[in-house]
Amino acid sequence: MSAMDPKWVRESSSSNLQLHEMLRRMLRIRMFEDKASILKSASIPGVLHNATGQEAAIVGACMALREGDYMTGTHRSHGHPIGKGVSLSPLMAELFGKKTGVCRGKGGSMHLADFGAGSLGESGIVGASMPAATGAALSAQLRGTDQVCLCFFGDGAANSGLFHESLNLASIWKLPVVFVCENNGYAICSPQVQTTAIADIASRSASYSIPGVIVDGQDVLAVYEAVTAAVIRAREGRGPTLVEAKTYRYCDHIEDYKYLRYRSPEEVELWRRRDPIQILVSRLRATGDLTDDELSSIRLEVEEEIERAVSFARESPPPEPSALLEDLFV
Amino acid sequence: MTQVTFMEAIKSAIREEMLSDPRTFVMGQDVELNFLDEEARKPFRPERIRNTPISEAGFIGAGLGAALTGMRPIVELSCSTFLYSAMDQIINQAAKSRYMFGGQAHVPLVIRAPVFYTVSAAAHHSDRPWGLFAQAPGLKIVIPTTPYDAKGLLKSAIRDGNPVIFFEDVLLADQHGNVPDGDYAVPIGVADIKQAGSDVTIVAIGASVQHSLLAAQKITEEGIAAEVLDLRTVVPMDRRTILASVAKTGRLIVVDPAPGTCSVASEIAATVAENAFDCLRAPIVRLTAPDIPVPFSPQLEQLMYPTVEQIIAAARAMCLKQRPAHYEMRKRLAAVDSVDN
Repeated sequence: MSAMDPKWVRESSSSNLQLHEMLRRMLRIRMFEDKASILKSASIPGVLHNATGQEAAIVGACMALREGDYMTGTHRSHGHPIGKGVSLSPLMAELFGKKTGVCRGKGGSMHLADFGAGSLGESGIVGASMPAATGAALSAQLRGTDQVCLCFFGDGAANSGLFHESLNLASIWKLPVVFVCENNGYAICSPQVQTTAIADIASRSASYSIPGVIVDGQDVLAVYEAVTAAVIRAREGRGPTLVEAKTYRYCDHIEDYKYLRYRSPEEVELWRRRDPIQILVSRLRATGDLTDDELSSIRLEVEEEIERAVSFARESPPPEPSALLEDLFV
Repeated sequence: MTQVTFMEAIKSAIREEMLSDPRTFVMGQDVELNFLDEEARKPFRPERIRNTPISEAGFIGAGLGAALTGMRPIVELSCSTFLYSAMDQIINQAAKSRYMFGGQAHVPLVIRAPVFYTVSAAAHHSDRPWGLFAQAPGLKIVIPTTPYDAKGLLKSAIRDGNPVIFFEDVLLADQHGNVPDGDYAVPIGVADIKQAGSDVTIVAIGASVQHSLLAAQKITEEGIAAEVLDLRTVVPMDRRTILASVAKTGRLIVVDPAPGTCSVASEIAATVAENAFDCLRAPIVRLTAPDIPVPFSPQLEQLMYPTVEQIIAAARAMCLKQRPAHYEMRKRLAAVDSVDN
């Protein structure tokens, strides 16, 4: 049964609650990043790599995990901890570089981590968190737990040696890791056709004797279904899966940077018409799983969460000078 | 006490720690060979001794991931220069995770890195890269020189909650020494006075400690009492012991087979110059390798490392001769010119 089939929504993804939670998390990511972009020049130091347009790929994958599972992210990774359910305030405070940030103001936008939620950190270096995800899965296997690690990476990372080393290692040891490629079609500003010898990253799975799955990255339920199957396979000890979510970022590589033209406005517009949040909302309304009131109240709740997170970040003190030399060694 | 070789001491540290802590495991290229003896392997599930593909970045990074999630991996490389294939995983990921994530991460990861030189292994297999990694805050760096220290420091490294690069100077691999029969550990970050003396402090790294001890023995006949200090740990550096020794002797020679520019030897010299200048009775001498890749030809390679004779000559010049200042300065300028050109 296809994930596009409204019946699937009712039968497989259980309750309205879960569907609404998917919507809520996607909205959180969208509105968190929109807000951060507005605050960037005044309150947020450094650069912001937003993922506007990729929310379904992120949330669909994260929702397939359960508590106790692990996750690693990328440089474009505000959404991954949000997708895993981490509270917004310490994340926003981290973007502000505050003492109350999830990394005490030492990581910033590209290096969020919340070990308490299984989020083992993001890497500003493309592809560089892939080996650690493999290792977290090795750890779960050695400890005899049924934990799974979700490894997010992009199409750019798929051309790094770490992609090859990690998938090979995960396959020969049958590790419980799910590699989720958010293929947004661009390595920074270079289109995939210039940088990648093949059209589908997922077809590389053949080199590692593991399943490769291509999924519509704008469809949160399709992503959820594909990653859930991969997670079950991993928990059962049958090894890794490579899931490729075809998606798109509407925003530029980083906010507030004037890029020379590298894609047409028509192309961006075409993808905007396949907005992942709109797709989910339309579907849920068509099936009667979301009323107007429910949608407004979810939006309002998320808006309030964002406002609370911003106030928390704003009012939080900067790190103490003594923090400069703390946290180097255990 | 049992007499063992340096390598036997290392293997027994790993076996004992694996027996006492189920979180430990070993992985690396051909590591199963190190445990070929069936008796030695018997206590361990095969998953705890894992051969890896030749993917240094992949398996060192996997070691990091395992360490972040509660395991205590011991990752073995067959040569220290292979660390470079995993530079990002070591420096950007393993070393920085704890600090960058605000203290959330524990990284109990040990990377064993045998250091080959003087054996015509040529440039790709012959570096002494402790200084290079000392520039990456977040790594502990250990280099033992006796079987006793090797076993005790490796145990400390495995029990440590931080990433540790454990360099093994292969010139010392067959060296014999006594180790206690029971459990013991040598703390990381503590230098060891291998020979006490009052005239000149010789701080040495790796096999240079042995050369320094030989030199110290020979100059005793000339009435010079050298104190030989084995650094043992590059990071964190035991500056207190170095300074206390120089405060006593007033003279410092640093012997390091790595290239001299921005080296550990330089750091030691700077530490003493900054903190014990008033105690110095002679300029500090660094005996290091020139800033060149290691050549293959033994006739060339043997020219590049500090020798026992050079250590003796330096100690003698420092302790016995007082040359006029302008003569020394001219000599030093000539030496600087030759490095730059």
